[in-house]
Amino acid sequence: MSALPTQIGALAQRSITRTARQPASAIPPLVFPVVLMLLNAGGLHASTKLPGFPTDSFLAFALAVPFIQGALFSTMNAGTDLARDIQTGFFSRLSLTPVRGSALLAGQLAGIVTLGVLQAIFYILAGLILGVRFASGPAGVALLLVYAALVALGFGALGSFLALRTGSGESIQGLFPALFVFLFISSMNTPRNLIAVDWFRFLATANPVSYLIECVRSLIITGWDAEALALGFGIALVLALISLAAAVWALGQRLERT
Amino acid sequence: MNVWPVASGVAWRTLKNVITTPSIIIPSLAFPLFFFVAFAGGLSQLQHTPGFDYPNGYTAFQFVFVLLQSAAFGGVFTGFGVARDFEGGFARRLMLAAPNRLGIVVGYGFAAALRWLIVATLLTIIALIAGMQVGGGPVDVVGLYSLALIMNVCGFLWAAGIAMRLRTLQAGPLMQMPVFLLLFIAPVYVPLALLGSTLHAFARFNPVTYALEAGRGFLAGDPTQVALGFGLPLAAALIFSVWALRGLRSAEAAG
Repeated sequence: MSALPTQIGALAQRSITRTARQPASAIPPLVFPVVLMLLNAGGLHASTKLPGFPTDSFLAFALAVPFIQGALFSTMNAGTDLARDIQTGFFSRLSLTPVRGSALLAGQLAGIVTLGVLQAIFYILAGLILGVRFASGPAGVALLLVYAALVALGFGALGSFLALRTGSGESIQGLFPALFVFLFISSMNTPRNLIAVDWFRFLATANPVSYLIECVRSLIITGWDAEALALGFGIALVLALISLAAAVWALGQRLERT
Repeated sequence: MNVWPVASGVAWRTLKNVITTPSIIIPSLAFPLFFFVAFAGGLSQLQHTPGFDYPNGYTAFQFVFVLLQSAAFGGVFTGFGVARDFEGGFARRLMLAAPNRLGIVVGYGFAAALRWLIVATLLTIIALIAGMQVGGGPVDVVGLYSLALIMNVCGFLWAAGIAMRLRTLQAGPLMQMPVFLLLFIAPVYVPLALLGSTLHAFARFNPVTYALEAGRGFLAGDPTQVALGFGLPLAAALIFSVWALRGLRSAEAAG
């Protein structure tokens, strides 16, 4: 067996174990989005009575949000963990060993993607238990897991890039409100065509997070919507590629400095 | 023994720390504004749902929620500062130096109120620029802001009680999660009658529901649920005063 997969596997296992051992890191990304979804579903149930609302279950409409909200948490976790490695000197010590820099990044991201898929399974089960039925069927659920992995990869790479650039966990945590803005100024609570305020509808339309949410939502309430799927997967793929390229570049810079 | 010298000193230090630390002041200001923009902008179509009967429009409807939320969280965030002071050892030195330790709690409480006042001023200006309709007269407006101030006191006393018992910032989620849940198990987006059945069942027994309804009544110039709206938060403030003071005793006992 070649060294690189072994190195990646060991670092991925470390990433997962580290998150699993910290309830404060592992539990909020699972529970908080579901709690918020339930509260919003109760509070915004009346929205389903608006003419043109795409479903009569706000829970089904809102179930898409935890997937993206969980991915935002992944960004923070990936970034904070990597920043801690830099701050504690683990990264420097590792760079003195034969472990390749690419293995460090790939291992970290493999851990984040695994956790992202586990989160997605948790949200799907929560939705099924609460009575949501997936219009796209079991194949749609399988596709949703692939999508969750892709989104987790994109946001995880973004978090890693930020960590490699700043080297500070506090700075990563400080970016959390900025990421939350993208979530709230989106179609998370209302379909874009039903947003009455012009400037808000414009911002929600320009916000890529709207399309990430609508891709998940289409699998839950519409079935197979080619446009929503293409936009969602396309944006997730572009985000992943750009973030990965940026993270690899930042890794090189960091290793040069180390 | 006079409480004021200690209280004013603690309040001044806490407020100065908040204002001069961008990582504290910016989220404090940005989050309420952001919630207001996101809710009032993104959900305004809800005012057209059958049964939505608030006369002053959705911006005013959401303003009251965000005002009360900012007040409660202004108190909770000050509790974070108390925990940080204990964690760093400052609070222990303060307790040794203070001739009247009650002044420590009062001082932090003052700082919480003044900190919220900054947020409330900015929020009000933004809401008025956004075209919020104010139906109530001066007395109603004073009623609304008084209600928010009581929420601020409740939020602070609750968080301070935890901070002085646990004396670590790791208690942060314990301070804010119950407040967050209480605020959202209430008619946040639509009037009580339009809530989903489960949430409605919980919201009916939530004191925040009555504070929200009273606040919205004041803003519309049609006071409603005033007795419950003020009475329940005042009772909570009384209970949390005992909670916070016992927390102070706990911190004293810990040395």
